[in-house]
Amino acid sequence: MEKLDVRGLSCPIPVVKTKKLIDQGLAELQIVGDSAESKENVGKLARSCGYTVVMNVDQKNNWEMEIKK
Amino acid sequence: MDRNKWFVLGTGLIIGAIAVTLVKLGNPANMGFCIACFERDIAGALGLHQTATVQYMRPEIIGLVLGAALTALFAGEYKARGGSATLLRFFMGVFMMVGALVFLGCPLRDILRMAGGDYNALVGLIGFIFGVGSGVFFLKKGFDLGRAKISSSPLGGWVMPVLMLFFLYLLLKGTIFNQAAGGPLFFSQKGPGSMHAALMFSLGAGIIVGFLAQRSRLCLSGGIRDFMLIKDNTLLLGFIGIFIGALALNIGFGYFKTGFAGQPIAHSNHLWNFLGLYLVGLTATLLGGCPLRQLILSGQGDMDAAAVVIGMIVGAGFIHNFGLASSAMAAATAAAPALIGGPNLFGQIACVAGILIMLVIGYTYREE
Repeated sequence: MEKLDVRGLSCPIPVVKTKKLIDQGLAELQIVGDSAESKENVGKLARSCGYTVVMNVDQKNNWEMEIKK
Repeated sequence: MDRNKWFVLGTGLIIGAIAVTLVKLGNPANMGFCIACFERDIAGALGLHQTATVQYMRPEIIGLVLGAALTALFAGEYKARGGSATLLRFFMGVFMMVGALVFLGCPLRDILRMAGGDYNALVGLIGFIFGVGSGVFFLKKGFDLGRAKISSSPLGGWVMPVLMLFFLYLLLKGTIFNQAAGGPLFFSQKGPGSMHAALMFSLGAGIIVGFLAQRSRLCLSGGIRDFMLIKDNTLLLGFIGIFIGALALNIGFGYFKTGFAGQPIAHSNHLWNFLGLYLVGLTATLLGGCPLRQLILSGQGDMDAAAVVIGMIVGAGFIHNFGLASSAMAAATAAAPALIGGPNLFGQIACVAGILIMLVIGYTYREE
């Protein structure tokens, strides 16, 4: 599974990077991040693109999610 | 519409209503809240510039930071972090202030001015949209100022809230450091700096808005950016909410007055209204948030956002000392004809230089 690290990136770069990979047609992707805002925004984008979101680690300032189509 | 969108819209409505209420309680017209103007007033209160009409230790700014800090702390979102091109962000804050003071307001005041019927603010909005659009162009090309890191100690993240508490202490005590010079703290005797709601109202309004903006992630450049980038209108609803909330109260209080002429603390030089907010929109998009959002982030431990805020305050000092801020329009008197106001040549050069510098930053800071 491809992995994307968005830790420490300013808004909205986590979303931009995720969208770039989604637009390439990836079926699944693992994403790690370290802010509540990026978790909300990346999760929202994935759901709006028809992915299911599973949180492996779900803390405010430390999270890891898997998105699958 | 989902719950979050309703919350963002509601946040906007409340902020718009609070802003106009602050005008009713004494703040300058169409300036119930203005992040750039109020940071500029703080720069004046601290003696960083000597423009006698814009000096006041604005409790709204203090409240915003403290409200955001407390909210983030209780939500478990407070975290000291920083280290993403910090010095560059400081100077981007300086130039974001140049743009705001050439226009005469930050994006928040732009909405409040529109809600007061000021058509010049519409010209500014168009510039702002183009500025955000230019920033989105760079984001799509892979723009990135680099990663911030979570700090090993929370200490650095507390600098802004503690600084604001110190400012509040000085304000409550009415401290004058240099009696012979009359300050700092300096307090305007006339002009916009002398107009303010009672301290507790201003502080309370700041804390409430700090709470709401922290929870809703409200960001005025972000609203337009997200709509352009991913067709998401969540933050844009906050923008619209502020407009409707302020418009309703402006009409209710009889403040609503349409036109280009006769608008308070504004100028009618269309080109510079456009370019001023173009610079703010572009800079805010590259920084990841508008002046309001930077202030909120600075309260929740983001030291890079704090560098932007300090850059805006220090920048306001330079801008007024160098005479770069626009002059407001003035009605005709017996001695002088009416003036449309606007920036002088130095202000125009600073604004264009700012735009060019942001374009260079946008072009050069690219991954891959």
